[in-house]
Amino acid sequence: MQPIPLSITPAASHLKGLDYSVVQQCMHCGLCLPTCPTYDDTKLERNSPRGRISLMRAIADGKLDPGKVFAEEMSFCLGCLACMTSCPAGVNYAELFEHARAEVEESGVMKSPFRKLIRFVTMGWLFQDLRRMQWLGRLIRFYRNSGLLSLVQQSGILKMLPQRLQYLEKLTPVIQPAFSNELIEPVSPAVGEKRYRVAMLTGCAQDIIFSDVNRDTVEVLQEYGCEVITPASQFCCGSLHGHNGEWEQAKDLARKQIDLFPPAAFDAIISNAAGCGSHLKHYSSLLSDDPEYLERAREWDRKLKDIHEWLVEIGPLEIDGEAAAEMTVGYHEACHLCHGQKITSQPRTLLKSVPNLKLVEIPESNWCCGSAGVYNVTQPEMATKLLKRKIGHIRETGADILATGNPGCMLHIQNGLNQAEMPIKVVHPISLLAQAFRERNSSKNDK
Amino acid sequence: MAISSEIIEQLKSICGPENVLTEKEDLIPYSFDGTAEIKQLPGCVLYASIVEVIQEVLKFANEKHCPVVTRGSGTGLSGGSVPVEDCWVLCTVRMDKILEVDADNMTLMTEPGVTTLKISEAAEKVGLFYPPDPGSMKISTIGGNVAENSGGLRGLKYGVTRNYIMGLELVLASGKRCWYGNKCVKDVAGYSMKDVFIGSEGTLGVITKVLLKLIPMPAAKKTMVAGFSKMDQAAEAVTAIIAAKVIPCTLEFLDRMTIQCVEDFTHIGLPLDCDALLLMETDGHAAVVAEEAEVMERICHDHGCTEFRIAGNSEEALKLASARRTAFSALARVSPTTILEDVTVPRTELASMVRFIQEVAERYKLKIGIFGHMGDGNLHPTFLTDERNKEEIHRVHQAFEEIFTETIRIGGTITGEHGIGLAKKDYLVQAMGDVSVEVMRKLRTVLDPNNILNPGKIFD
Repeated sequence: MQPIPLSITPAASHLKGLDYSVVQQCMHCGLCLPTCPTYDDTKLERNSPRGRISLMRAIADGKLDPGKVFAEEMSFCLGCLACMTSCPAGVNYAELFEHARAEVEESGVMKSPFRKLIRFVTMGWLFQDLRRMQWLGRLIRFYRNSGLLSLVQQSGILKMLPQRLQYLEKLTPVIQPAFSNELIEPVSPAVGEKRYRVAMLTGCAQDIIFSDVNRDTVEVLQEYGCEVITPASQFCCGSLHGHNGEWEQAKDLARKQIDLFPPAAFDAIISNAAGCGSHLKHYSSLLSDDPEYLERAREWDRKLKDIHEWLVEIGPLEIDGEAAAEMTVGYHEACHLCHGQKITSQPRTLLKSVPNLKLVEIPESNWCCGSAGVYNVTQPEMATKLLKRKIGHIRETGADILATGNPGCMLHIQNGLNQAEMPIKVVHPISLLAQAFRERNSSKNDK
Repeated sequence: MAISSEIIEQLKSICGPENVLTEKEDLIPYSFDGTAEIKQLPGCVLYASIVEVIQEVLKFANEKHCPVVTRGSGTGLSGGSVPVEDCWVLCTVRMDKILEVDADNMTLMTEPGVTTLKISEAAEKVGLFYPPDPGSMKISTIGGNVAENSGGLRGLKYGVTRNYIMGLELVLASGKRCWYGNKCVKDVAGYSMKDVFIGSEGTLGVITKVLLKLIPMPAAKKTMVAGFSKMDQAAEAVTAIIAAKVIPCTLEFLDRMTIQCVEDFTHIGLPLDCDALLLMETDGHAAVVAEEAEVMERICHDHGCTEFRIAGNSEEALKLASARRTAFSALARVSPTTILEDVTVPRTELASMVRFIQEVAERYKLKIGIFGHMGDGNLHPTFLTDERNKEEIHRVHQAFEEIFTETIRIGGTITGEHGIGLAKKDYLVQAMGDVSVEVMRKLRTVLDPNNILNPGKIFD
C-alpha cells in the first residue's frame, strides 16, 4: 500500500501550512492503536497515532499552541510508522510527523543553549559530510583500541557521571578498522555479463560502524550482474534532519545527493540502511517547491531502491554450493523497511536463497526494537522496554543469528543481546548472502 | 466552566494523581470516538484499574452531580463515548485481565478493558469460539461491546454480543456494586436485568466484569467471494440463499466504491469490475459446510454472478474477512469525512432498501459507499463528504433523514449494531414510539436519579 501523497507548502507554521485534508484524512477509527508501541505501553490516547494527529490538527486549527507538552509528545513518538501499515484510510503519518517536529523546532519551546549546541554539532556539522563522520570514527576507535575504554571502565570514573551519560557510554559503538572508501573501489565491475549500472550510498553510521556491510552489499550487487559506482566522498541522506525538524538542512542535503548521483546515469540507486532508504525515497515531496530539482528528484525517488527490494526485482539468484555449517537465522523487520517502505517478503526470500540457512520467524517481528534513529539516546526508558520485549522474542526462537537491515537496529539489538548474555550475532541479511557467494566461489576455485 | 480544583484534588486522592489527566494536550485526544463530526472536550480523564476506584468515583460524582462518560478504546460509531461538557471521562482500558476460562462450563470471565480479539484468542486456545466480531475487534473492548451490544460479521448465524452474556458486574450511579447472572444455562430468577444493561450505552451503570458464553469451535468452514454486475442481483441472491434454508455465518456485501477502497488498502485481488461483491462464509460440520457451499455457489450463478472464488486456505479466508473489516476506514481514502449509518431492514426488503439508498444519494448529489451485513439486513450506507462544506453536510443529513424514515416505514430499525448515542437520538421516538421511550426514561431516572451517567445520550 502506498500512502496518499501530500502536497505541502510549508508556510510560516508547518502544521498550519499543510493541506487541511491531510489532517482530516484521519477519521479516528482507532485501528492504529493496537499497533502503536507507545500506546500499547501506556494506554494513553495522547501516546497514540490518532491522539497525536488530533493534537496536530488542534494546532493547525489554532486551538492549541505547540508548547512543551506537545514537543515532548512528538519526541516520545518512535516514528516507527507501524500506524501507517495498519491505517485503512491511508493517512500519511510519516510526513505529518516530520512537519510536527519541524513545528516544534520553529516554535522554539525546547530551546536551550545545550540543546542548540548538540543539534548544531550533530546535524549542522557532523551529519553533513561523511569525512567528518570518519574523523569521529577514528577518535572512537582510538578510545577503544588504545585501552582507554577499559581503563575508563575499570577506573570507576564512569560512576561519577550522571546516569544518562553512563547509559550513553554503554552505547559507544565498535568502529570498523577500515571505512567504506578503504574497502570499496569507486567503480566495481559486474561479475560476468553487466546487466545494470547502480550507485551505492554508503551512509553515515553504516560507513563507520558497518563498512563491512557496505562492502558485502557491493560484492553481492556485483554477483547479481551490477556495475557499482561508489564515490569515496559522500553526503548524509538527510534523514536525521528530516525526522528531527531540520527541514532546510534536509532539503540542502537532498540537493547535494542528487548532484553527486544524477539519477539519469543509473538504473538504480541503492541504499542498504532502512532508515535512510525510507527518507531517500521521498526527495520529490521534500523538494516539491524547488522547480530546479523537482523533476530529477522524481526520477531519483523512482530509482532509489533498498538493496533487498532491488535484488529480488532483478533476481533472486540461487546460490548453489554448500555452506560450511547449518545456521538458524531469525529476521527482525526494521520499521523503516516494513512500515516505511513496505518491504517484508524480499529479505526473507533472499535469506532463503542462502544454502543451509534455516529461517525462523520471530514473534512480533515487525514491532519496533526501540532503536528508532536517535530514540535510544533521547528516550532511553521506552527504548529499553522495547529492547527487552524484542530480546525475549528472539530468545524464544532459538536462533543463533539475527538478521536485520538497518544499522540502528543492528547496534541496539546487539547491545541488548550482549547485556542478556546471549551468544547471538546480529548481521545484515546481505552479509549472509555475501558470505554464501564467497564460500561458493572459494569452493569452485578449490575444484 | 472548568472543573474546580477541589474536585480535581479529590479525584487525585481517589484514583492516584498519575491517573487523573487535566492538561489540554491530554484532553484533546479524548474529545472524540470513531464517530464523524461529533467532538467535545472533557473536563478531565480518569484511569481506573480496580472496581473499588470506580465505585468511589461514581459515589463522588453522584454527590457532586458531575457527569461521567465511561470509555473503552473509543471506537464507537454513534458518539456513545464522546464526552459531554465538563464531564469526567472514565477509562477502563487498564482493566485488561481475563480472569478465568472455564472450558468445561464453556464460559469466560473477564475485566471490561480486554479487547475482543484477545477474548476470541483465549477461547480459541481451549478449542472454543466467541463469535461476535465487530469491525474494530482488534482494539474494541468487551466492556464497550456490551455497552453498545455490538454486532459483527457473524451476526446472521451467531447473533450479537447480547447472545453471549451470561453475567455482568456493574457499578451503579450510587457507587454500589451489583451482579446479575451466573454460569447456569438456565436461570429464570427475577427480571432479566442483565439484558437491561446490555446496550445501555453507559447510561445505567459501569460494566466492571463480564461472564461470557463460549461455544464449540466449528469443525470446518469455507469462505467464498462472488462478484455481481448489478447490486440487485447480489441482494436477491442473499434472499434466495436464506430462502433455501441455508444460514451461512457470514453474508457480507461491498459496493463498487467500497471494493475499490478496500482493494487499494489490502491488495488481496478483489474483483474490481463489479457493482456488488458478496463475501460468504459457511461453518460447521464438514459435510454440511460442503453441501451449503455448493448451494450458495449454485444460487450465485443462478443470479448472474460474474465471478466466483473459494478461498484456498484458512489464511486466504482470514485475509478476506480482515479486508472486509477495514471497509469503513478504507472509505476515508476518498474524502476527508466519512459519515456512516447502520440501518437494518427485514431481509425481504433488502433489494428495495439498497435501491432506495442509491436513489437518495443521487437525488442529493452525494458520493456514497454502501457495504454491510447483507445476511442480517444490516446496511452501512456511508456518505463521503467534507465536514467543512456546510451546504453538503446539510444535504447529507437530509438524505439520512429520508433513509431513516423509509427504514422505519418498511419495518426496519435505525441502528442494527452501533447504538443510538448522539448520532441518532433525534430519530428514536419516531422509531420506537412515545410510550416505549417514556418507559426507558423512567427506568433511567430510577437507576440514575441525578443524571450523571452519560447524560444526553440515547435520549435527553
